[in-house]
Amino acid sequence: MSAVIDHDHAHGHHDHHGGYGGIMRWITTTNHKDIGTLYLWFSFLMFGVGGIMAVVIRAELFSPGLQFVNPDFFNQLTTMHGLIMIFGAIMPAFVGFANWQIPMMIGAPDMAFARLNNWSFWLLPFAATLLALSFLMPGGAPGVGWTMYAPLTVQMGMGMDFTIFAVHLLGMSSILGAINIITTILNLRAPGMTLLRMPLFVWTWLITAYLLLAVMPVLAGAVTMTLTDRHFGTTFFNAAGGGDPVLYQHIFWFFGHPEVYVVALPAFGVISQVIPAFSRKPLFGYASMVYATSAIAILSFIVWAHHMYTTGIPVSGQLFFMYATILIAVPTGVKVFNWVATMWKGSLSFETPMLFALGFLFMFTLGGFTGLVLALVPVDIQLQDTYYVVAHFHYVMVAGALFAAFAGIYFWLPKWTGKMYDETLGKIHFWLTLVFLNMIFFVQHFLGLAGMPRRIPDYPLMFETWNKISSLGAFGMGLAQLLFLYIVVKCIRSGAPAPQKPWEGADSLEWTHLPTPVPYHSFETPPVLH
Amino acid sequence: MNLEQANRRLCMRLALIALGMFGFGFALVPFYGQICAALGVNSLTQRDSVSNTQIDASRTVTIELDSNTHDLPWRFRPLVNHLQVHPGELATVEYEIVNQRAAPVTGQAVPSYGPQFAGEYFKKLECFCFTQQTLAPGETRRMPVTFVVDPKLPRDVNTITVSYTFFEVAGRGGKS
Repeated sequence: MSAVIDHDHAHGHHDHHGGYGGIMRWITTTNHKDIGTLYLWFSFLMFGVGGIMAVVIRAELFSPGLQFVNPDFFNQLTTMHGLIMIFGAIMPAFVGFANWQIPMMIGAPDMAFARLNNWSFWLLPFAATLLALSFLMPGGAPGVGWTMYAPLTVQMGMGMDFTIFAVHLLGMSSILGAINIITTILNLRAPGMTLLRMPLFVWTWLITAYLLLAVMPVLAGAVTMTLTDRHFGTTFFNAAGGGDPVLYQHIFWFFGHPEVYVVALPAFGVISQVIPAFSRKPLFGYASMVYATSAIAILSFIVWAHHMYTTGIPVSGQLFFMYATILIAVPTGVKVFNWVATMWKGSLSFETPMLFALGFLFMFTLGGFTGLVLALVPVDIQLQDTYYVVAHFHYVMVAGALFAAFAGIYFWLPKWTGKMYDETLGKIHFWLTLVFLNMIFFVQHFLGLAGMPRRIPDYPLMFETWNKISSLGAFGMGLAQLLFLYIVVKCIRSGAPAPQKPWEGADSLEWTHLPTPVPYHSFETPPVLH
Repeated sequence: MNLEQANRRLCMRLALIALGMFGFGFALVPFYGQICAALGVNSLTQRDSVSNTQIDASRTVTIELDSNTHDLPWRFRPLVNHLQVHPGELATVEYEIVNQRAAPVTGQAVPSYGPQFAGEYFKKLECFCFTQQTLAPGETRRMPVTFVVDPKLPRDVNTITVSYTFFEVAGRGGKS
């Protein structure tokens, strides 16, 4: 532990928070740890809001017929649930991880553009406010689905304009964040931290940031075209003026499919830190992991039309997108097998982060398999817009991204707060989440195969049993996340002090070179690497 | 070059990428048009060319005609509701539109077909959907559609529904 630089003794000046106290500290902060914390709490708040919407949706679907909400409001809920969970909960959560971890993992004092970093975060609450305000507009929030397909978007009320501007702000926040992350990683690494010595979490974020830079502007363009179609007489998507609604789908999914990997790659990065730490072995096939991540990112740009098999694209197009999609299974398989090989003959222990990582490994792979099923044109034509698709992407987003986020929180919480969380409660949280998650989504595969369409508040009697099970799972899942909040708050307020390296197998710089809790300013002088 | 300059340079380059990709989103619009033209898809309102005029008198196809308007103050109807043709046979039907608004209006008709794949066998040689139509206040206009059903139409298709919808071309106000 001689390598630990204990700033508290080296300097006397550094634990003050920029001269402000209270709320102004958080509004004016340029510290990557503060901003990381803001991102994570914002993300949890949005997770709660999106979760409440999901619970209302599942309450409505508990029985056939209409009980609680009218179909219009139901559509608004499904739309907002999707937008909030993706842009408000999952993406900010991983940007929060990036803020906390990237400077510490590469031995940098902070992010490259600290003030820009502050702005990237503070755009988000305004975007969320715009989204929330859309519910109060005449006609309510847009009920068009999170994909915001034309021509329905052109016919929506004023709530659609609020949503469009919210998407602009969210996109701007992501682009600024991506520029910051790339510059930090490329320019601020400690001497000796070569690209191929970076922890895999940093690698996945470097590639993710490039993906964001490439696709968020395209989404901004798509919603801008919608806006001008609505108000300024352009006809990008209006057939009467020579436009084409299908064009919207092409532009949207050119963004939309890489977006899936924007969410998934940082999750892969977290898992690639957690599994070696609890296997007490270095990550198996480090270089192949880097290449596989890059391959996934590149392939993600040429598969977008697999979301559009039923729009009448030519058979040759369907075949191309089907083969390209199936090809993605190869680098993804490389990653899954590398994680399994990392555990092979390791001395495993099963603390909460590892449990979530294993949950991720099993269920994300399952979500990947159903993705392969949906990639097949003849099957997809049957399953398009059914609950099978809903089940598929929730296995990827919830059992994939959310589980990775939980794994990361439990993994780094001792480092961030200096205190241990309650291991018993953490394990209970894992098992409750695992059971309820499968209760919600596994049965939705059956519903989809039987033909139940998505985004519809009512259904025939024959679907009732599985819908009841799914809804009960959703209620349980919601309650289980209150336990998560309790665990985090309990850890921060009264957790037992954590050692510098609570996880035996963890080996990146924040564990080996920094005390616990990490000082407010870390690596003001770069660490010495061997 | 010190770190601050290096950071700023990289930031500028990355911002340029973002700006370029915003432009790329818009570049997809003409690109999509070119691809559709090259692949011959989405040519609903373009003149088809017919090479094989061999009439297949051994079968008869029923053509059902349908007409709709979308937010347009026009009365729009076909003069006959359905007719029988042999594949390969040249046929003409007429539609009538009446502008019921006291102002000139420009509209564009877009066809759709049932079953969907029958569209590629329904060859239009003349159609009011090839151009935008501008009607003076109260004007009535009769317009023909001349078509040939391709003899390669699969044998299990006995009926093709042709449905035209007129959309108002916004902002034209009758100026063409």
